[in-house]
Amino acid sequence: MDGFFIITSLLKIVGILFVVILPMVSYAVYAERRVSAFIQDRLGPNRVGPAGLFQPIADMFKLLLKEDFTPRAANTFYYWLAPCLAVMPAIITIAVVPFGSTLFGVPMVIADVNVGILFVFAIASLGVYGIVIGGWASNSKYPFLGGIRSSAQMLSYELSLGLAVIPVFLVVGNLRLTSVVRYQIEHGWFIAPFVGDWTNPWKWLLAIPMIVSFLVFMIAMFAETNRLPFDLPEAEQELAGGYHTEYSSMKFALYFLGEYAAMITGSAVIVSLFFGGWHFPGIPDGSHGWIFGLINMAVFFAKVTMVILFFMWIRWTLPRFRYDQLMRLGWLFFFEIALVNIFIVAAIIPFAH
Amino acid sequence: MGITVPRPRLNWRERLYLPAIVAGLAITFKHFKNMLLGRTKVTMQYPEQKWDSSLPDHYRGAPALVRDEDGRVRCVACQLCEFICPPRAIKIIPGEIPSADRFAKVEKYPDQFDIDMIRCIFCGMCEEVCPEQAIFLRKDYAITGFTRAEMVHHKETLLEIGGVMHGVVLKWNEKK
Repeated sequence: MDGFFIITSLLKIVGILFVVILPMVSYAVYAERRVSAFIQDRLGPNRVGPAGLFQPIADMFKLLLKEDFTPRAANTFYYWLAPCLAVMPAIITIAVVPFGSTLFGVPMVIADVNVGILFVFAIASLGVYGIVIGGWASNSKYPFLGGIRSSAQMLSYELSLGLAVIPVFLVVGNLRLTSVVRYQIEHGWFIAPFVGDWTNPWKWLLAIPMIVSFLVFMIAMFAETNRLPFDLPEAEQELAGGYHTEYSSMKFALYFLGEYAAMITGSAVIVSLFFGGWHFPGIPDGSHGWIFGLINMAVFFAKVTMVILFFMWIRWTLPRFRYDQLMRLGWLFFFEIALVNIFIVAAIIPFAH
Repeated sequence: MGITVPRPRLNWRERLYLPAIVAGLAITFKHFKNMLLGRTKVTMQYPEQKWDSSLPDHYRGAPALVRDEDGRVRCVACQLCEFICPPRAIKIIPGEIPSADRFAKVEKYPDQFDIDMIRCIFCGMCEEVCPEQAIFLRKDYAITGFTRAEMVHHKETLLEIGGVMHGVVLKWNEKK
């Protein structure tokens, strides 16, 4: 634990949080509005600045200056705590995701812990507390229903989420996210193994259950982040906004930030697990020069942006599931698919190596 | 006696659900792409694009006073519009024209003529009732202000909006 390590870690934390994640969150909101508008043949916010690019700043001022209203019957302590609980897990999760190779010899991951994905699940599942506590502390019926729905949904889908990534770690043999990325650099991305001995047919056979695993993981991630086919906790039409009905001003904005930060970290995890992280065929890693280190980071965040755009595309295409459909899908399909998938991958692995 | 509506029998492809999702994604992507390429016709971008040129002649915008070709305010302060105005937006204080004036026989002129544009409902009754054809509804529709006082159109504003109206009635002309 020397000074150099502490300073670089602090720099990485500040850099990734304030230079990348938070601007990305605010511009994800802008992109969401623009993409939804374009899909629905509208224009979306295009007034503030060129093409509406300063809209997030205007929104921030609007939300900061609005009245921060606390209902009289609300449990004040938990009412104030809940929005923070919704944001923090989403931001903390990014710590273990490798967002670049190396820059001046410093590995571009904040905490390269050997329990990588377990840390992601452990922290990301805390996100449900923000919603449940927010729904309960509001002391109002709709938020309460939203909170209950959210807890049931998140618990159900966490199972498939966890089972869907087991194949990845069966192949890699390590829970560290950096070694997952390293493996994919040597053996090709899990969903498209074009690198290395790509003529090996067993590797392509392995890619099929990997794609299944990716689909289950991504759908479970939709449910975890309360994105649209599974946005029952919010359900604007039925629950009038769900768990954040009673929230206003910056507390509401924190819920919004939390949702989008969860989406970004979820996309970052998906990219690391299945799309080769910061790797792009033909681009060397950061040990060949700092410019390549920067390019690797750009590649990673470009991939994350693509996944986020896909999230948005799905959101504005599919209608919301009914509650029984949601539960049936989670427990009867994704759980089984993920479970069987583990055995299929385990059967293929001996031949693929 | 209730009727049981039979559920449609879905084949395996429909039950799989994924083809429908892909089809839906294709539809939304088509809309997104057309919008990006500028093929979609969207609504008028109001402050930049205006519909002023396509306004019909009978459009009822802001009421305004007009002058005749001699530059005289047509209004003779008969106050009929003040009485007819349904929301009572018009307030007139008449003045007397001095006997030395060329138009002395008109006797009255509006010393003050205020239309409260917050109250005005653009009904056009003032225009209809005016015996002198002195008040007209023009095509101005974007009437804004920061205060209530700013929203009251005084005589000068009304004349400015109205401008000059030629050859409608000429009954106060000397030659007649």
